[in-house]
Amino acid sequence: MSGTSVDVDIAALRARHPALFAPNWRRRGLIAGVIAVMTAVYVGAFAAFDVPWGRIGPGFRQLAWFVAEMVPPDPGDHLVTYLNALGETLAIALLGTLLGALLALPLGVMAARNVVPPALFRLPIKRFFDAVRGVDTLVWALIWINVVGLGPFAGVLAIATSDFGALGKLIAEIIESADLKQPEGVRATGGRGLAEVRFGLMPQVLPVIAGQILYFIESNTRSATIIGVVGAGGIGLYLSEQIRVLEWRQVSFLILLILLSVAAIDFISGKLRAALAGRRVAPA
Amino acid sequence: MPGAVVLLPDRQLDPLRQAYRRAARARRLQAIAAVAGLTVLIGLSAIQAEVDPKTFIAKLGGFTSYFDRMATLDSGARVWTDPAAWFWSFRRSARLIGETILMAYVGTMTGAIVAFALNFVASPNLTGRAWLVFAARRLLEFCRTVPDIVFALIFVVAFGLGPLPGVLAIALHTAGALGKQFFETTENIDMKPVEGLRAAGASYVQVIRFAALPQVLASFASFALLRFEINVRGATVLGFVGAGGIGQDLMEAIRKFYYSDVSAILVLIIGVVMTIDVSTQLLRRTLIAEGR
Repeated sequence: MSGTSVDVDIAALRARHPALFAPNWRRRGLIAGVIAVMTAVYVGAFAAFDVPWGRIGPGFRQLAWFVAEMVPPDPGDHLVTYLNALGETLAIALLGTLLGALLALPLGVMAARNVVPPALFRLPIKRFFDAVRGVDTLVWALIWINVVGLGPFAGVLAIATSDFGALGKLIAEIIESADLKQPEGVRATGGRGLAEVRFGLMPQVLPVIAGQILYFIESNTRSATIIGVVGAGGIGLYLSEQIRVLEWRQVSFLILLILLSVAAIDFISGKLRAALAGRRVAPA
Repeated sequence: MPGAVVLLPDRQLDPLRQAYRRAARARRLQAIAAVAGLTVLIGLSAIQAEVDPKTFIAKLGGFTSYFDRMATLDSGARVWTDPAAWFWSFRRSARLIGETILMAYVGTMTGAIVAFALNFVASPNLTGRAWLVFAARRLLEFCRTVPDIVFALIFVVAFGLGPLPGVLAIALHTAGALGKQFFETTENIDMKPVEGLRAAGASYVQVIRFAALPQVLASFASFALLRFEINVRGATVLGFVGAGGIGQDLMEAIRKFYYSDVSAILVLIIGVVMTIDVSTQLLRRTLIAEGR
């Protein structure tokens, strides 16, 4: 078909609509400038890192050797220990998230604009959430280890602390986005105070919050797998140990174990969240 | 008009009442079962995670006094009375935080480039071969699910201590995380420009450049910015395993109980993270406005 296409007189079009064909130099300059700055920072970063260039080649060769050593995955004679540690990881994720949610709920409610209008009370709480969120879970784990000692309990508290910040902010936002017509409706039919919250607000907010908590349990399973790197319980301790002693078959077994359990938790929580969302749309 | 509510006669009302009670009872049973199940799960977890309320209550004072100690200098004065002594190692910390941000930047950029290249392969509407889509998606899934610190642990063994393994770890994890967000965007583009260009005889690369790219670029940039912010936070702890950045100093300060140093580093980290939070949010808002 290309041979029989309509003859387009580009020159005539160009003469008739010069603005459409003119290159936009300002826009092009801006794009080129942004790309140039980003590339310069990128290249400059490598200079700042003091990269040992001589180690890169051997490093990749070593990496390939590690990967080759990883097959077949093999737990050695630690299968029971590893499964136990995996259970510990899941327990840490569940308890940590629930504890964090429990603590975040009252403060999150207080940080919501439509519950507590004066910014004087609201904003400090929000900034507090931001500050707690700005510190990584592993840092909280180290701090809690100093307080309650090594072990999974420190991990639970670390996850609870960092979730407290993230969930508090989310809960406040969920409540802020609630539709206030429903409590109004309850008030119009004679309900007041507690009834407004129970039948007007809670049915809107609770499934969304529960869905978020489930999602956090899911993502905390991931965090809980690494929290053992600093000694706060779970499978991460064994993973970092086996990497340090170069037992690659056990490393790949542990990584596979983590991938499978994360996938399983994703699947279950995805189903539960879909069920929660479904119930919200069409109450049983 | 409160008096005007019409009540049905009992004969008609009774079946309705019973149906309502039955439905309510079913819901209640469901809720009780859910709560019971959750309680059992919590109990089992508490045993598995060695939760010990007694130690917790006994040591809780330690947690609050930890913050008290963090706010006290060696001389016994409060930290804010003497900022010079509090931030005595400001130069070193600032340099290391700069390194942390650069690690996050280089890692995010590298990961974004890899994700960008792979996302078109992982989108079935642009790539015809199902096995290619499948392979690209599984690869991205693997990169996404393995936490960056695990990659860092392995890379430290291969490349030695320093920021390089950290950057590689961030890049790999970011490629997976961004790749998913990218292909979910690409999957849902308007296919009419693609069809138009294909009909006009454009090549695969031309289709991507002129049909797909204009539709997705703004959201890609927005996702990458959000990921950068997440990676800055993540890069602060990569030093725990020797992969560069401020983490090494922070861990030493915590382990060796240099309380005022811990708080100084944490204040710097929180300040930097919040600044980056706010500025990326502003940038993303302009990007989204531009994209519309």
